[in-house]
Amino acid sequence: MANTDAIIGWKTITFGCHVMEPGSSVKFRTGDWRSQRPVIDNEKCNKCGICWIYCPDMACIQTEDGFFEIDLEYCKGCGICAHECPKNAITIVPEEG
Amino acid sequence: MAKRVGIEVSIALAEAVKLANVDVIPAYPITPQTHIVEHLSEVVANGEVDAEFVPVESEHAAMSCCCGSSAAGARTFTSSSSQGLLLMSEILFIPGPMRFPIVMAVVNRALSAPISIWNDHQDIMSQRDIGWIQTFADTGQEAFDLMLHAFRVAEDRRVSLPMIVNIDGFTLSHVVEAVELLSQEEVDQYLPPFKPRYRLDTRKPITMGPVGMPEVYSEARVAHNEALKASRRVILQGWKEFADLFGRQYNPVETYRSEDAEVLLVTMGSISETAMTAIDTMRDKGQKAGLVKIRLWRPFPGPEFRKAAGKAKILAVVDRCLAPGAVCGPVGAELRSLFYKVPGSPKIFNFIAGLGGRDVTVGRFEEMVDKATAFAKKRPKELYEVIGVREK
Repeated sequence: MANTDAIIGWKTITFGCHVMEPGSSVKFRTGDWRSQRPVIDNEKCNKCGICWIYCPDMACIQTEDGFFEIDLEYCKGCGICAHECPKNAITIVPEEG
Repeated sequence: MAKRVGIEVSIALAEAVKLANVDVIPAYPITPQTHIVEHLSEVVANGEVDAEFVPVESEHAAMSCCCGSSAAGARTFTSSSSQGLLLMSEILFIPGPMRFPIVMAVVNRALSAPISIWNDHQDIMSQRDIGWIQTFADTGQEAFDLMLHAFRVAEDRRVSLPMIVNIDGFTLSHVVEAVELLSQEEVDQYLPPFKPRYRLDTRKPITMGPVGMPEVYSEARVAHNEALKASRRVILQGWKEFADLFGRQYNPVETYRSEDAEVLLVTMGSISETAMTAIDTMRDKGQKAGLVKIRLWRPFPGPEFRKAAGKAKILAVVDRCLAPGAVCGPVGAELRSLFYKVPGSPKIFNFIAGLGGRDVTVGRFEEMVDKATAFAKKRPKELYEVIGVREK
């Protein structure tokens, strides 16, 4: 993505359409087109971290108590975490509304 | 000091690249471009120029490597022809919008099928819209001079676009001509070191080549097109300063005995030399014929062409490319668009000539001028004619 926040014209677009700022992909919230989301059942979770390892968007975040939360700004709802979870602690539910 | 030598045009062109102190040459050999890259690999191996010669595995890799080295800030050159240019095609569209000033010599050759190693312009016309600046050389001296001009213009920070110098395969690339080779001091005077506006640098990271979503794609493409159109000023300045230093003036459109001409031949590339002889022959017979040569093909020099065409009533436009199923050849179509509904514009007739190495002789040019003159009185059925093609 060149830049989706600002409205850019051909005179103001960056030279060569380069992205001049490093690490700017964090500004691109890949979660906003998600159609389903993971829900973690901490009763079943053994904190193994397999979801954290497999998540392609680094959207599984470990909290202080060792369990995992999903960062819904970046989670695309791909379901890999649910597929890989050895304890079947993650279910994929449709996004509503 | 410059020295005038008898030299094969391919070698003269490669010498220009050496004198330009090129940094990276990713290249793959193909007839009739071979002598250029062979000579460059020799001069690199001999240590005559401090450059990296990358013997890539294909033309697709050659152009990909060019993009990488240009992005890193290296002065980059490659060369190709025909099928090799087509294998590059996917990558050829990329350095324009990404503003990589790669310089390439395209040694024009026909396309398969049937297989032909000989000259016409079908290879470059198939890549017409790649968004590079493109010039055509008529002679060995022009090939040498335009090569230096290409580095100068492409790398100018106001331009920063890739640039092609077209030379005709064999009829120009393989002939020995008298060429005035400039000295290193003279070239250094004309061509400053390459200082890119942006380059890949781990100390100052940027992203080149991001996805262009529908919200920005049009703007990115228009920005490139506007940069290409605006390069015109720097192209002209580059030629003027070349003339100031070395005495040879180049123009986007050149004319030969065109003043007071009623019929103008329009050519690109080395057949222009034969066309000049044809004009002399016709003038001796009292025919008011002249010649307009297009040197700068992209960005197309519309105002200069209109001026060069002057008050001529008829244009006989020669294309070295048959565009199957099209209304006419690419140069013919360009000029018909340029003059569409312009008051007092000339009648335009399009001839396809010299395909796959077929000679275009003085007689053929006379035939084109005579036919165009006749067509102006009686409109032909077709919008173009393939000259000299046998029916049976």
